[in-house]
Amino acid sequence: MTAALGLALDAALCALILGVALAVVAGRGVFRAVVFFIVYGLLAAVAWVRLDAVNVALAEAAIGAGLTGVLLLAAHGRLRRAEAAQDLAHGMPWSAALAGGALAAALGWAWFEMPIPVEPGPELAEALPRAGVGNPVTAVLLNFRAWDTLLESIVLLAALIGVWMLAREGDWREPLGRPQHARPGGVMAGFGRVLPPVGLLVGVWLVWAGADHPGGAFQGGTVLAAVGLVAVLAGVIRPPWIGAPLWQGALVLGPAVFLLAGIAGAVLAGGFLTLPEGFAKPAIVTIEVALTVSIAVTLAFLVLGPPEAEGAG
Amino acid sequence: MADLATLLFTALGLVFFAAGTVGLIRFPDTFSRLHALTKADNLGLGFIALGVAFQAESWAQVARIALIWVLALLAAGAVAQLVARAALMRRGGA
Amino acid sequence: MAALSIYALTGAALVGLGFFGLLAARHLLRRVVAFNLIGSGLFLYFGAAATRGAAPDPVPQALIITGIVVALAASALAVALVVAQVRAAGRATLPEEEDAP
Repeated sequence: MTAALGLALDAALCALILGVALAVVAGRGVFRAVVFFIVYGLLAAVAWVRLDAVNVALAEAAIGAGLTGVLLLAAHGRLRRAEAAQDLAHGMPWSAALAGGALAAALGWAWFEMPIPVEPGPELAEALPRAGVGNPVTAVLLNFRAWDTLLESIVLLAALIGVWMLAREGDWREPLGRPQHARPGGVMAGFGRVLPPVGLLVGVWLVWAGADHPGGAFQGGTVLAAVGLVAVLAGVIRPPWIGAPLWQGALVLGPAVFLLAGIAGAVLAGGFLTLPEGFAKPAIVTIEVALTVSIAVTLAFLVLGPPEAEGAG
Repeated sequence: MADLATLLFTALGLVFFAAGTVGLIRFPDTFSRLHALTKADNLGLGFIALGVAFQAESWAQVARIALIWVLALLAAGAVAQLVARAALMRRGGA
Repeated sequence: MAALSIYALTGAALVGLGFFGLLAARHLLRRVVAFNLIGSGLFLYFGAAATRGAAPDPVPQALIITGIVVALAASALAVALVVAQVRAAGRATLPEEEDAP
């Protein structure tokens, strides 16, 4: 009974996801596509909860739906005047439909051909008690596969430098992003004062809890980035300019601490990024806190975009 | 007993959500749609939060559920104001 | 297992839909959105595959979180490029597609 109900819920959820995704690609108008994509992200987060991946659900809701949504909505607002009269191809693009259908069919076929894996690696279950943290996803991100996470934090920086390179010469010393105008004393200004304290608490708690429960540096950092964005939109804080040393320090803090920990591991424990047993928990927490600061600042700057002067087109 | 309360309050919440959605689809302009959405959905979410709270294992969990409801209320209220102002400006300006 | 197949097939269909959108859309912002749909569909497929054992495997989950963050970074760069293109050319489509009938 319960299993059948669960299956019905899964099927309904997937049907909803596919319907919304269809509206994203086939609906008229860029704005509609963006809004449906945000709805899609929230539904996908529910799907991750159903798949027993709460860590991923948090990341999907915060980043996939939240920050990506802000990024796309802001871009749409900027490009409204340049919106092409024809935002989709003329008529039914049969070749595109054929290509998409073939790709989906191939993936569907592969699903039933794939060998079913052995139990989630016995090595992992054996190693987890020595990882220093109870949340297996955090253990993988910051201990067993720390290489991936270190390089990812550097990829984020590279993307930010790429975004900044698109700034116009004359705007270089302006604050990041477009100038925001919130009515002083208005609703947005009030919201921007009420939300940040609560958001800060939630963000820090997500990082702290991430050692043993769902959460972690990425989810917490995203919430902190969102807090900063709300404060900027509400005019509570002014975004800095690119050269502000304090903010540049915040950007590189995470990768720098991570690298230093890696080198310390090479000297003390006999391998780059090897965390010595018994010292793993404090090392992971230190790296995570530094990484959270950098992730929060990098993500917020990525969404704000390159610096831009007032009134520039 | 707790399960019954959960069932009752969640069902009531869903009724409000359904009403809000009908309003969103049927009402003629932005302002009445906003009215339907914010009023009905906030109440609906409140009932669902209340229903879920009966399943909580500790008061700390109840507090977190309440916090979620308050935050959603705050966000919905602020966003509704902003949407209404944008709609008003479009009507007056353009 | 049946539920996992539903999610995996949904992921496969999302990849197909996103690929269709990427090819069919003219507006560059819509292409960015469609590309995100492809990525998200792959994550779902991968995530369903990771849950087939007795307990969910944390290694793919960690990789998916990494992927979601990198997808945002790539989208931010893509959006900045679209904005630069609009600034330079005045329209949000690719030059070779502007005069398509």
